[in-house]
Amino acid sequence: MAIEVRIPTILRTYTDGAKAVDASGATLEELIGDLETRHPGIKARLVDEGKLRRFVNVYLNDEDVRFLGGLETPVSDGDTVTVLPAVAGG
Amino acid sequence: MPYGDLMLTISQELVDKIIEHARNDHPDEACGIVAGRDGVPERFVAMANAERSPTFYRFDSAEQLKVWREMDDRDEVPVVIYHSHTATEAYPSRTDVTYASEPDAHYVLVSTALDQFRSFRIVDGVVTEEEVRIVAG
Repeated sequence: MAIEVRIPTILRTYTDGAKAVDASGATLEELIGDLETRHPGIKARLVDEGKLRRFVNVYLNDEDVRFLGGLETPVSDGDTVTVLPAVAGG
Repeated sequence: MPYGDLMLTISQELVDKIIEHARNDHPDEACGIVAGRDGVPERFVAMANAERSPTFYRFDSAEQLKVWREMDDRDEVPVVIYHSHTATEAYPSRTDVTYASEPDAHYVLVSTALDQFRSFRIVDGVVTEEEVRIVAG
């Protein structure tokens, strides 16, 4: 099973510069776990204390996973997961 | 220098659009980007401030995905990421520095209180102000 994960510029240091990588898993959490085995360090940039980091947006196809099931969101072959750092400040 | 010359070159027309957006949304913070290629800011995109706040801004996540995809399709990047401060000077706040995640972007700050337009690089928590050169157009 392959799911395309699109990586933002700031995290490409973990993917040897690749804009997109493949990963597998039945849920977003498993997918991130699989990413971590190939790109060590990336998980900590996405997840903190078992939850998605507040200032990282993760989308399954066109939907922000916060409005789906967060880390428990089911994913399947052919899906695209996009990671974008939130643009925010004060 | 890792990111080339520390200078933002931007057209008067784009500066006017950013300032107009900031004034229209005052006293809430306004935010948006100018997309472009090769470091040249060209296409103005006002974004909604999902926080609708005078002290905080955050791009709406769905709108951000749409705009980032458009840029991908057009081979553009966010050359400028702008937002306004509505009661303080146009200098990055601690939260601006914490959440800055585009090391190649020019972070433009506008102060509607003090009539300032300034540009910064924010890389690994370090803020460097840069010169703004406004050209006709």
